[in-house]
Amino acid sequence: MNAHVGKAVSRGAAALFGLVLGIGTASAADLVISNWDGYMPKDIAEKFKAATGLEIEVVNHATNEEIMGKLMASGGKGYDVVFVSSPFAEVLNNQKLLAPLDKAAIPNLANLYPQAAALAYDPGNSFSVPYSWGTTGLCYRSDLISPAPTSWWDLLKPSDAVKGKTTMLATDRWLMAAGLLANGYSVNATDPAQIKTATDTLIAAKKTLLAYDDTTFYSKLVSGEAVLVHAWDGWCNYGITENAAIKFVVPKEGSDVFVDTIVVLKSSEHKDAAMKFLNYILDAKNHAWVAENILYKVPNKPAMESLDKALFEKYPNLAMTPDELLKNELLRDLGPAQKLYSRAVSEIKAAN
Amino acid sequence: MSSVRAPSRLGGLVLAAIFAFLYVPIAVLVLLSFNASGLPTAWTGFSLKWYGALAGNANILHAAWNTLVVGLAATAISTVLGTLLAIGLETRRRKGTAIEALAFAPMVIPDIVLAVALLTFFSSLDITLGLPTIVVSHVIFDLAFVNAVVRARLKHFDFSIVEASRDLGAGYVTTFRRILLPALAPAIIAGALLAFTLSIDEFIIAFFTAGAGRSSITLPMQIYSMIRFGITPEVNALATLVMGLSATVLMISQWLNKEQAP
Amino acid sequence: MSPPDMKSGLLVTPAVAWLVIFMLAPCLLVLSYAFLERGTWGGVEYTLTLENIARAFDPLYARVFLTSARIAALATLFAVLLAYPAAYAIARAPRRWQPVLLFFAVLPFWSNYLIRTYAWIVLLNREGLVNNLLKALGYRGEPLSMLYSEPAVILGLVYNYLPFVILAIYSALSRLNPELIEASHDLGGGALRTFWRVTLPLSLPGVAAGGVFVFVLSIGNFVTPALLGGGRFQMIGNLVYDQFLAANDWPFGAALGMVLIAIMTALLLVQARLAARAGGDTARPA
Repeated sequence: MNAHVGKAVSRGAAALFGLVLGIGTASAADLVISNWDGYMPKDIAEKFKAATGLEIEVVNHATNEEIMGKLMASGGKGYDVVFVSSPFAEVLNNQKLLAPLDKAAIPNLANLYPQAAALAYDPGNSFSVPYSWGTTGLCYRSDLISPAPTSWWDLLKPSDAVKGKTTMLATDRWLMAAGLLANGYSVNATDPAQIKTATDTLIAAKKTLLAYDDTTFYSKLVSGEAVLVHAWDGWCNYGITENAAIKFVVPKEGSDVFVDTIVVLKSSEHKDAAMKFLNYILDAKNHAWVAENILYKVPNKPAMESLDKALFEKYPNLAMTPDELLKNELLRDLGPAQKLYSRAVSEIKAAN
Repeated sequence: MSSVRAPSRLGGLVLAAIFAFLYVPIAVLVLLSFNASGLPTAWTGFSLKWYGALAGNANILHAAWNTLVVGLAATAISTVLGTLLAIGLETRRRKGTAIEALAFAPMVIPDIVLAVALLTFFSSLDITLGLPTIVVSHVIFDLAFVNAVVRARLKHFDFSIVEASRDLGAGYVTTFRRILLPALAPAIIAGALLAFTLSIDEFIIAFFTAGAGRSSITLPMQIYSMIRFGITPEVNALATLVMGLSATVLMISQWLNKEQAP
Repeated sequence: MSPPDMKSGLLVTPAVAWLVIFMLAPCLLVLSYAFLERGTWGGVEYTLTLENIARAFDPLYARVFLTSARIAALATLFAVLLAYPAAYAIARAPRRWQPVLLFFAVLPFWSNYLIRTYAWIVLLNREGLVNNLLKALGYRGEPLSMLYSEPAVILGLVYNYLPFVILAIYSALSRLNPELIEASHDLGGGALRTFWRVTLPLSLPGVAAGGVFVFVLSIGNFVTPALLGGGRFQMIGNLVYDQFLAANDWPFGAALGMVLIAIMTALLLVQARLAARAGGDTARPA
């Protein structure tokens, strides 16, 4: 040990400090887009660049609530385009965080089904573009469960054979929807008594679950770890791809309609590029790709009409027409009652 | 002396069992990373394809680079601050518990609490989250560990050398550079390596203090997201590489300590 | 030898400033949030309230604290029970082997925490390695459900923190004065008696240090219950996380965090008191 080492140490430290000064260089992309993992083509960045010359950077969020928390904490800074479900888009708009859409820059809006351009949370698409839509229901292994489930109660009060082999979605709106619908209430119920009943139902159901799962429920079905899961129709299709015995059913008590939307942040410095991105997605061919590969229904008429009929046979819930879908109840922003929902979900998760 | 006799058969058995417990899960991951099917259900042949998939995954490469940048930056700052803190605390005439507690707190405060505190702090000051905020946050616990390691060595340090140096007319800076720094170097390096390892492994604080976009995703955040979205064999390959790197860093640090031990 | 004046105040200033600005101030800020009302989507409204603190003690959430404490206590117990024999065996191994054994006992601790936890998902899930192994061995029943349960969470915690406990107990054992043990033998104490009356009591500070470490890191843990508990088993860490990133109820999350810190501070004070009492003449100065 001698002075040389000391010198080397101080030199090393100096070099590292240089490095510190170099960090913080921002992303070079034109657009930062946050979406659920696997909800867009993997090569979207290359394709979009080839079409428009613009660089995009895709980041993932796991849930609506997670991206909402981050957007609220940062005022939207750092993001240009975000994918969120319709009630959350409604909230972001009420919070004045969204940019109005420049319709002249998005001629492909004309591809939307008329119903999709008149959705109650944003009639006329002033701040959001619907990317995909669908409903929530029961996704199950028809070879491992009989009789086939038909009711929310088949999930909430499972038979002994199914106990411990079910999963539920754990985010506020969908978890609560299951409890509310089973009891005959609206998915947008704001009556504290109804919320309490649903909460009790869901706490009782918790004991029978394998796990809460918002991201890998379909692979649990494929592996056989679970036989009946609470699922979005499109994600159930992922399971069907790997095992044809997997089926999807909308419970007889009815269900919700969710619309996963694309919104542009007001704080974005790349709004023109963002509009180009929206128009690119709404292109019939590109949007058809989403239906074909992500297996969610898209609200794009020419896109849906261009699909191979075999796809509808393999994935029956893709064939649901807009009118059939909209018979279910559209999820809306709850306003102040949102606090009741998040509190109820905290209670359900904390209950033992 | 009874404490240095050969290990008993029982002791050997105990150690074998504990080492099996510690290493079987890790070995399984490493083996699976070379399994062509990538699934734990069956061995379908040796393959490097998951490593190939990693090399082609821009998100992971980007996250790895960010992790390295955060690790190096946080290590550099915390090594300097932690070392100065250790020397300062050890040579203080007045002993106070407040500073001691402050220096100790980062090692025991729950990550999740520090994480949410930092998120609220940065967002209330309207500071844009990103790699710099992760670095700032990591320095908090890194410097506490550097301080602990360096102080442990200072406890055995003979300060009469410093006094002699001062008596011979050397200034503070000279004494610091020529006497204290070389004597403390092994501990400083060990502390720095510890800080680096902690920083590149840290997940929850980075998760809360990271900004939007790939520009501030670190490897643990990437791994967490991969695990949440299902068991993919790529995670096994990534795990093997990360463990290999950590083990190497630890071995270097052990070797240095051994070489330099008084 | 009293250390010379090194301008100590100047030396500690940067680090102290860093900790005050980036640790103390944020923690105090969060503390103050605990007394405000929540905004619907995160943030706070500047109305004073004690509701969040009261709610943290609501039986529902108090039970989560108790569950967390129970899980942490069981993890601590099992970690110590496994670590003690291992540390003892290492301490009694030939001297040249000790550093090597210790190195390999601690090595897993330095691999990524998430990865070590993930390994258990691979092993334990219903279609995982353990069940496949059982099937290969002729087990024909229903696959065992081991994952997403309290035992799985405890197992994960024990696995992750075991190396540190081994290290802590070993360092206490290796500092034991061999003459004490010899004296015990000379006085006719059998091996078992010597262990029970001399070795074990003298190694307790190491057990306490390791145990407190496991307990403190377990009770505030987030990752292990999130990954191995399947969201069904919540610990305080998950509750705090959810309040910030799912329920967006920052004040309640802040209140929970403060209670957690209070519990830990109390624990550490008790441990420091115990360590001070146990310290002194028993352990040879290192």
